Amino acid sequence: MQELAIKFNVKNVEFQGETAKHEIDDKSPSIVRDFNKCILCRRCVATCKNVQNIGAIDCINRGFDSCISTTYDNSLNDVNCTFCGQCIEACPTGALREREYIDDVWAKLKDPDTYVIAQTAPAVRVALGEEFGMEIGTNVTGKMVSGLKRLGFDKVFDTNTAADFTIMEEATEFLERFKNKEHLPMMTSCCPAWVRFTETEYPENIPHLSSCKSPHQMFGAILKSYYAKKNDIAPEKIFVVSVMPCIAKKYESKREEMKIDGICDVDCVITTRELARMIKQANIEFTKLDDESFDHPMGEATGAGAIFGATGGVMEAALRTAYELITKEELKELNFEEVRGEKGVKKATIKIGDAEVKVAVAHGLGNARKVSEQIKNGEADYDFLEVMACPGGCIMGGGQPIKSSKIRSEVDIRRKRSEAIYAIDEKSVIRKSHKNPIMQEIYKQYIGEPGGHKAHELLHTHYSEKEKYCIDE
Amino acid sequence: MKSLEELSKIREEKRKELDLRKNVNADTREKHILVCQGTGCTSSKSPKILERFKTLIEEKKIENVRVIKTGCFGLCAKGPIVIIRPEDTFYAMVTPEDVDEIIEKHILQGQVVERLLCKDIDGSKVQKLDDLTFYKKQKRIALKNCGVINPEKIDEYIAFDGYKALEKVLKEMSADEVIDTIDQSGLRGRGGAGFPTGKKWRLTKEVVGEQKYVVCNADEGDPGAFMDRSILEGDPHAVLEAMEIAGYAIGANKGYIYVRAEYPIAVNRLQIAIEQARDYGILGNNIFGTDFSFDIEIRLGAGAFVCGEETALLESIEGKRGQPRVKPPYPANSGLWGKPTLINNVETYANIAQIILNGADWYSSIGTEHSKGTKVFALGGNVNNVGLVEVPMGTTLREIVYDIGGGIPNGRDFKAAQTGGPSGGCIPKEHLDTPIDYESLKEIGSMMGSGGLIVMDDTKCMVSLAKFYLEFTVSESCGKCTPCRIGTKRMLEILEKICNGEGSEVDIYKIEKLAHNIQKASICGLGQSAPNPVLSTLKYFREEYKEHVVQKECRAKECKAMAKIVIDEEKCKGCGLCQRNCPVGAISGEARENRVIDQEKCIKCGTCIAACPFHAIG
Repeated sequence: MQELAIKFNVKNVEFQGETAKHEIDDKSPSIVRDFNKCILCRRCVATCKNVQNIGAIDCINRGFDSCISTTYDNSLNDVNCTFCGQCIEACPTGALREREYIDDVWAKLKDPDTYVIAQTAPAVRVALGEEFGMEIGTNVTGKMVSGLKRLGFDKVFDTNTAADFTIMEEATEFLERFKNKEHLPMMTSCCPAWVRFTETEYPENIPHLSSCKSPHQMFGAILKSYYAKKNDIAPEKIFVVSVMPCIAKKYESKREEMKIDGICDVDCVITTRELARMIKQANIEFTKLDDESFDHPMGEATGAGAIFGATGGVMEAALRTAYELITKEELKELNFEEVRGEKGVKKATIKIGDAEVKVAVAHGLGNARKVSEQIKNGEADYDFLEVMACPGGCIMGGGQPIKSSKIRSEVDIRRKRSEAIYAIDEKSVIRKSHKNPIMQEIYKQYIGEPGGHKAHELLHTHYSEKEKYCIDE
Repeated sequence: MKSLEELSKIREEKRKELDLRKNVNADTREKHILVCQGTGCTSSKSPKILERFKTLIEEKKIENVRVIKTGCFGLCAKGPIVIIRPEDTFYAMVTPEDVDEIIEKHILQGQVVERLLCKDIDGSKVQKLDDLTFYKKQKRIALKNCGVINPEKIDEYIAFDGYKALEKVLKEMSADEVIDTIDQSGLRGRGGAGFPTGKKWRLTKEVVGEQKYVVCNADEGDPGAFMDRSILEGDPHAVLEAMEIAGYAIGANKGYIYVRAEYPIAVNRLQIAIEQARDYGILGNNIFGTDFSFDIEIRLGAGAFVCGEETALLESIEGKRGQPRVKPPYPANSGLWGKPTLINNVETYANIAQIILNGADWYSSIGTEHSKGTKVFALGGNVNNVGLVEVPMGTTLREIVYDIGGGIPNGRDFKAAQTGGPSGGCIPKEHLDTPIDYESLKEIGSMMGSGGLIVMDDTKCMVSLAKFYLEFTVSESCGKCTPCRIGTKRMLEILEKICNGEGSEVDIYKIEKLAHNIQKASICGLGQSAPNPVLSTLKYFREEYKEHVVQKECRAKECKAMAKIVIDEEKCKGCGLCQRNCPVGAISGEARENRVIDQEKCIKCGTCIAACPFHAIG
């Protein structure tokens, strides 16, 4: 906007008059709309309608009273918005933004009685650098950890570790269902926007959803049970902050289903952008930070956990584990190229022992609708389906650094960030989730069998149909 | 499904029966009582008149007399209108109570009911429709059947050469020949912009595409315009026939009529017409046994003015928010659902069958060099004969206002006429002799528009007029592009300032600058033409703007904020009625003495003006 103002030599507003006044909608835990800043460019509408195929927002009223709104002019919280946050990425004025929790985190960091743990999602580390002028697709894991420690977090852990737990649980659940031919295809549940999409738009498909919690929720549950017990910290003293590329995770962490005995698995979710803001607020020169490593023991992760950040990653990680669990043989070729890449719906048939497992991967809710229709109509010819709500997966999430339309049209951001993610996997010593030694240890010491009773208590949840439009507001 | 022979038979038989409708000397003992059921007359109880006629005829067992409902006769100011054929007696301002007298005197005794005859401009009573000055300078092509046939009876349409053009096209003409004929006729789009119709058809035909559409724009939205409405109400089949011909010419098999839901009578008659045409096999598969198939559906508009803009209309038919698309691509290339689409206005279609039947030369012989044929105008405002008129292109504004329109009422002076509604401009007195055609109007800063023609006398303030149209465009802007959404609002704010006596000369400069920017930067016709009323009033009545901002005066006394109410000392008799009625105590004065208004306290409500028995206040 400033650039345009300079270009067109706009210094003062010659024609002044009545301006539109709108109330700020901050009811949802994920997203805030302030239409006083809106210039009605409708990029958000185009994204929501044409790319994501949701249509939660559109233009209402005529002429001067035109504004972007929702069904019944409800809060975004009370319509079919999935909180994918792609509209935020498209908005040039900040009229749409994430609900910020920075102040809550600062308050807890200052409180000496609270044990504040940060966990970071795989996609954050390949985008955070962009907020500090670094090239798109730079892996800044070390600096990110270093920065988090300087902000005052007691521990900095890696959500990738939790992703390995997710794979163990999800692969086990899939094998069970595959064996019994029950509720197939099984659909992944790592993406909260996809889960909410299914709950509001395709409730009949809910039984297909995996009952697994998403990695960061699993992690929160483990931190507040196993880790708390082991280190003798009261669970209520622990404050888990998830740094995510996603705004739907904010909503997910507030879901009732994500509480155990009234305690939230995760207390607070901040986005990549908010973390960058905190680092700037603390006057830390990010680019000059030395690299540091995640804290032990929950900082050990496999390459399989890392690729969760890109579309097809969950599927690939699950296949690596499922293969070895079924065949008890070592998988030689770890890269499943068929499920990588930008194609909207990717399909592959994988031979595992005697069985053929048909898988599909969809990203972007527009494509998710296509596969959801297939499942609803019983036309799905696959057994296992991964869906990420954002086009490209979490690396292109609604919490990632916002890029101008010029950069978005000139640079293939998705490819650059995903290359960085796959590079992390390539360089990892261990690239299969079930081989994660820390995880194996925790299963042995605390949880027991994957898919067992304790695992279900901690790591699984349930989903239910949600009203698409709340009218009794 | 009727065969061609059956249709010819219907035509022949009905023609004999209906001869008396057009032929004053028809050799018959029958009489047809035509009662206008257009919107204007309908709202003045014409359905009751129709009912009363029917009841009386039944009660009195009168033979050989039929009562017919028709579309608009045009002279709406004198409605409800009843015409009795074949003698062509024209009764104006008929009430349901008058029906008994008409039956008694006219039908049974053969005498004319003098008191119900229409007064012409010179005050003389005129007996026949054709003798009225109002009709003398008109030439009816698009309105040919309006007020002649019963629009709800397909047989009557067929009797007056209906569907004969379609028959001719399907049997004798190739698609190119049809387009050539339309092209050579010189017909131009009657929706306002005046794009050559033949050229549009050819462009759409030449685009390769399996599925094409024909669309009729019946979303007439200009304030005061009712041309298309009257055609649809009076002669719906003419539009269906033309759409079919267009479908044949461009290679389409499907048509949509986008009509305002606020036109219930038009919608209803269109529905009836479509059903009857389907019953007769005139719409549907293999029409007249040829390979040509065509069907038409109605789509109702929800009242947004912008949906009259062709691309917004297409969006609306597709079920989306009615807002314009960026052009190009034009609808001919990418229209309805991305398919090649031909869009014409109702009046344009109403000319098609006549051109096919009478030939391009006949049509192009009417009108001026570049504007051929006739144009229908909805004549309104300060003019005696408010109504619907159809005149050859090139008729002067003076002829329309004074000869057809009967001049300005109450002996006032003509000040200006507004053509083209909110998109057009005003034409001042000095241009009264401008021939009405596309080019001439454009030259003097107005436009043809769809045909709204509003006449204003000298009690109209031109700044307020511009404000009125701006209010309209501001509330009807779709809000898609910024110049129109915010620019017109700012223009309106400036005009309000001027009308409230708070403007300065800088405001005139500002509004002019803004107007030019909006013209250049808006994406659709609505925005591009929204500043026209301001620019044209500035062009011809800049003095009035200046008076508003410098002297803070409104010569027409329409801008209330600037009006100064004063008591004429000569006329005041000191009765004190004004003082007693003033709600704010602004009037003072002793008993039987002149009263004075305190301008500071006065709220300009006008109560004193109404209260004064001596007309001393103004």
